[in-house]
Amino acid sequence: MFKEFDPINNKIFRIINNKGAVINEKWKPKIDDAKLIKAYKDMLYVRTADQMAVSFQRQGRMFTYPPNYGQEAISQALSMVWRKDDWLVPAFRELGAWLAKGATMKEVFLYFMGYEDGTVFKNAQNILPISVPIASQLIHAVGLGYAMKYKKEDKVVYGIIGDGGTSHGDFHEALNFAAVWEVPVVFIIQNNQYAISLPLKKQTKSINLAVKGVAYNIPSIYVDGNDLFAMYAAIQFATDHSRAGKGPVLIEALTYRKGAHTTSDDPTKYRTKAEEEEWFKTDPIDRLKSYLKIKKLSKDINEEKLIEQYKKEVDRQFTEAENYPKYKLEDVFNYLYTDMPDDLRNQMVEHENFLKWKEVRK
Amino acid sequence: MNMVQAINDALDIKMAEDKEVVVFGEDVGVEGGVFRVTENLQKKYGSDRCFDTPLAESGIIGAAVGMCAAGLRPVVEMQFSGFLYPAFNQIVSHAARFHNRSRGRYKMPMVIRMPYGGGINALEHHSESMEAFYGHTPGLKVLIPSTPYDAKGLLTTAIESDDTIIFMEPKRIYRAIKQEVPEEKISIPIGKSKVLNEGSDVTVIAYGALIREVQKAIVLAKQAGISVELIDLRTIYPLDKESIAKSVKKTGRIITVAEGPKSFGVGAEISALMNEHAFLHLEAPPKRVQGFDTIVPLPMGEHFYMISPEKIFYEIERTVKF
Repeated sequence: MFKEFDPINNKIFRIINNKGAVINEKWKPKIDDAKLIKAYKDMLYVRTADQMAVSFQRQGRMFTYPPNYGQEAISQALSMVWRKDDWLVPAFRELGAWLAKGATMKEVFLYFMGYEDGTVFKNAQNILPISVPIASQLIHAVGLGYAMKYKKEDKVVYGIIGDGGTSHGDFHEALNFAAVWEVPVVFIIQNNQYAISLPLKKQTKSINLAVKGVAYNIPSIYVDGNDLFAMYAAIQFATDHSRAGKGPVLIEALTYRKGAHTTSDDPTKYRTKAEEEEWFKTDPIDRLKSYLKIKKLSKDINEEKLIEQYKKEVDRQFTEAENYPKYKLEDVFNYLYTDMPDDLRNQMVEHENFLKWKEVRK
Repeated sequence: MNMVQAINDALDIKMAEDKEVVVFGEDVGVEGGVFRVTENLQKKYGSDRCFDTPLAESGIIGAAVGMCAAGLRPVVEMQFSGFLYPAFNQIVSHAARFHNRSRGRYKMPMVIRMPYGGGINALEHHSESMEAFYGHTPGLKVLIPSTPYDAKGLLTTAIESDDTIIFMEPKRIYRAIKQEVPEEKISIPIGKSKVLNEGSDVTVIAYGALIREVQKAIVLAKQAGISVELIDLRTIYPLDKESIAKSVKKTGRIITVAEGPKSFGVGAEISALMNEHAFLHLEAPPKRVQGFDTIVPLPMGEHFYMISPEKIFYEIERTVKF
């Protein structure tokens, strides 16, 4: 697969087209029907939750939110391939992967309401917190990979980054370290074609982003990230490769950010309606739906009913998040060190004294 | 004019006046910056003078170093001060040292603009106030305006300076204060503070968004019969120690107010300076009202961290009663 789709030739790896028809039987992964139907439902849940998050933010009930709209297939494919105890090193736009790992929408809401607790993902095994500094997390994935190898743990590490991040030094350091150390890391670039306002063509002169792995001698592939089948096949191949001790793999997943960078951003400033409409045709959920239709697998899926049910569930979790215990002063201090310096404790005590004074003064 | 407009105006005037001024950073061109500070500059001056860079802060500052060596005057934007760290090496190891290293052969007339500070309900890395880093770094000058007028005047001077300037913009008050600002060019000298309120009992030193909070605290102090002298620092480095010492010699008491972590911060430096220059006039220990030595909490906990007028008044009262 990696030979046939050498990124040097700029040929994209794709299994189904925009209409859901299979165009590449040779590499089509075997996924049973029940799994595909579940994948469709899972993506629908993520999309419903994501859209509700955007609207909660608009109502002023969260301070910001980075929409995942249009990028759902990447996380979905990953969650269908990984083993539960493999590692996930997130950036901040892979909601489906967090949830599949065991995070809850309640936690996601808490984070974007402004609680650090929301990014602990305490019931998800082997996941790092959300990482805001672009590309920096990718080197952590390499470190985890080294540790897995060192401890002879049979686990693969998945490191996620966006297209903008590939311009950062940290991205290149991560690739180089991973290749030199031959660590079990699968790098996934979610190329949604915009780094806030900057389009990919101004981000790089490379013919694609996967090609950046070639120079580091890392097997790399340029994949249609809105094609669940292609993503599944590529991640499966990469995972087998890494788990077999053959070193890292780089996957570029071409997608399109249908929403804004975050809720503070306005994409109409920097892209055209015509462009959006063109890319909206590649929507990953629509494509899978078309595939299921062609295969006559969709008749038992009642989308409206599902969405209604999902909305209830998400609402319930949002209510729980809104009723979360109040943030306490000690929450500011307690986690900075394992052994808190006296001076820091004194700052907390001083502030408590001030708060008491303020209370009395009222 | 608000502070965003005032900064845009200063950039506009200097770009019109001096072809060597170039403006670049992430999202500054087409979009005009995430806070719209560089709005319309690309339209007006072309995409070779105001442009978007790939996403890499180290690349931005490193390229600016090269441009300076060739005689340009880059004014670069770091999207948030908390995103600067990948560029720390270029700033500390090169921009701040090149003039010294080359024994004056290469000047580094760059301005590194960045929004800083908390109180805007943001994600991690979007709220910090780390001006002490830069004040502590030999070779840098650090400016922080508190009003639209000062922002325009200080940025103009910064662009005209042949040294590397860290220009930190209190984003919490980007649009909160409107003020008459002259249309023509104005300049405010580097290293000069400004007395905003004259008083006799205690000197309060502040800058940036906290000036407003101190002004509210002064109202509370007045009700309590305490007369406060307020000095807006405007330049973090080099510190205007003469003006501060003069005021402290008059009031006998000093409180510094700053949002960054308390330890090794701006307040610590000013306190040390006053021990050196006004020791015999001090009637109370110098007091620092600063952020905790912690990460700025996410929005639900941020109110604990932010310095309120009440907190400033509380310390004013304790210092005066000492």
